[in-house]
Amino acid sequence: MNSTLNRQIANALIWALLLTMPYWIGFVGGYTSLASRVVVLALAAMSLNFLLGFTGVLSFGHAAYFGIGAYGVGMTIKYLAPSTPLGILVGMGVAAAAAAIIGTLIVRLRSVYFAMVTIAFGQVFYFIAYRWNAVTGGDDGLSGWRTLPLDFGIGKLDIAGQPLTFYYFVLALFAVAVGIMALLLRSPFGRTLLAIRENERRARFLGIPVEQHIWMSWLISCVFVSLAGTLYALLNNFADPHDLRWDQSGDFVIMAVLGGMRSFWGPLIGAAIFVVLQDYISSQTENWMSFIGLFFVLIVLFFPRGVVGLLRRKAAS
Amino acid sequence: MSLLKVEQVSRRFGSLVAVDQVSMTVEPGEFRAVIGPNGAGKTTFFNLISGFLLPTSGRILFDDQDVTAVKPANRVKLGMARTFQVTEIFPELSVRENLRIPVEVAAGHRLKPWQSRADARAMDERVDELLQRSGLTGKAGRLAGELSHGDQRATEIMMAIALNPRLLLLDEPTAGMGDQETYDVTQLIRKLHREQKLTVVLIEHDMRVVFHLADRVMVLAEGQLLAEGTPDEIAADDAVQEAYLGAEAETA
Ligand SMILES: Nc1ncnc2c1ncn2[C@@H]1O[C@H](COP(=O)(O)OP(=O)(O)O)[C@@H](O)[C@H]1O
Ligand SMILES: [Mg+2]
Repeated sequence: MNSTLNRQIANALIWALLLTMPYWIGFVGGYTSLASRVVVLALAAMSLNFLLGFTGVLSFGHAAYFGIGAYGVGMTIKYLAPSTPLGILVGMGVAAAAAAIIGTLIVRLRSVYFAMVTIAFGQVFYFIAYRWNAVTGGDDGLSGWRTLPLDFGIGKLDIAGQPLTFYYFVLALFAVAVGIMALLLRSPFGRTLLAIRENERRARFLGIPVEQHIWMSWLISCVFVSLAGTLYALLNNFADPHDLRWDQSGDFVIMAVLGGMRSFWGPLIGAAIFVVLQDYISSQTENWMSFIGLFFVLIVLFFPRGVVGLLRRKAAS
Repeated sequence: MSLLKVEQVSRRFGSLVAVDQVSMTVEPGEFRAVIGPNGAGKTTFFNLISGFLLPTSGRILFDDQDVTAVKPANRVKLGMARTFQVTEIFPELSVRENLRIPVEVAAGHRLKPWQSRADARAMDERVDELLQRSGLTGKAGRLAGELSHGDQRATEIMMAIALNPRLLLLDEPTAGMGDQETYDVTQLIRKLHREQKLTVVLIEHDMRVVFHLADRVMVLAEGQLLAEGTPDEIAADDAVQEAYLGAEAETA
């Protein structure tokens, strides 16, 4: 079978489903804002997976940059200027600066040590958001602001008024971000990341300065996860300190692994399953997380390549 | 002018002196073998030359430039490439991708976020040429990790060749292979050396393998330089015979 053709069909199918999601999600018991949530968290999980699945580096601190994006957009609109695009840019810019600095401190660490230190740095940001009541709203989160219409000069687009408009606003930014990541992964630079994932020693002795490339991959991954964070806050008109906490980072990892981290779209599938399960089960029981946990363990035990790996095996047989 | 000059390098691991004041001079185009029983310090000696480890003392000059403390990736840039005793490839990438990565690095494209069609074609052609020279063309689409041991080794050697090195360091390229695979890999190395006048330093613990390949042979034993000379001189050297026979008797 022709694998390029298969990939093109899968891509077309996924984009078709994403473009029409608000129109069919109702039939499976969802609603438009849930669709937005799926796309936002899918962006976060796919960004994480740029580093995890395609560079081979596990971060357990991505929620920090997600949260910086969320607070960045909220605080900009609340304190600085009434502009949604400016808020997004500020959120991403601050996250990029933080990731660039922390990245230089951690690129020499590997595996568990890298993961642990990313948690530690992430928790620092969590405590700042949690403690700095006067500015961040502390435990209660950052409210008292809301998503503002996009002003194009010739006219305004009210992304906040209609869930449907907001969905397509999110999807457009998702498409740009995911498109950039896909192009990067197919470039010579992207191939050096695969090389590092596959065999760091070999990569180094082919003349690739491994730390420099991991740093860049980390930065790209953090910037796109912060974009997801800004969209998450805009979706909720609210930034929650929990967005920055380590268990939120863990959720991103679960989504990526659940869907399949060796696949580009795997984390999207993982995020969809995660969000839908969360939505259904949390209305039935308080312990929805144990169901997710159980599901996760089963997938990891029996299908280490995630849901997409399972689908591929079915397709091949 | 010699291409590689190793001056009195030593490397300790705690109280063990794995490499003890070893010197070596390699001329351009030379095929040099480094032999010695297991544990003699051959791999450690290579690790010092390629920058995997720093020497405790001594100097390494490449092309008259002091590279003793230069990072591995930068030594590659200067023209050193190596393979490892245990084959190091990218197992879950295709053979073609395994070769494409070093080809792109050698072309200075490692940071490029996109590639022009012309560039992509040029890279493809270079990969095709490497595949063809090593007889791997028919296996280009296979995952490297699925190949036979011999083909994996050929892939690894071609990855090093893809870097256009001036010095190729091979650490026991036929380790753990059967007769046919050993023959194939040996032929490949001989061909590469002849075709492009490549300078090669090859580690081997089996003396017989290098006999027909090497211009000069250097013998390490317990971290020290035991002898150096043409293959014939080495074969006739009593101290070498003793080191080998002694070691064989111990392991037997
Ligand atoms: N990283 C290391 N740490 C400690 N000891 C080492 C290390 N590498 C090699 N050695 C020791 O150095 C000696 C030489 O090893 P090596 O260079 O691998 O020998 P050879 O390649 O000739 O078989 C051995 O005794 C080995 O155990
Ligand atoms: Mg060895």
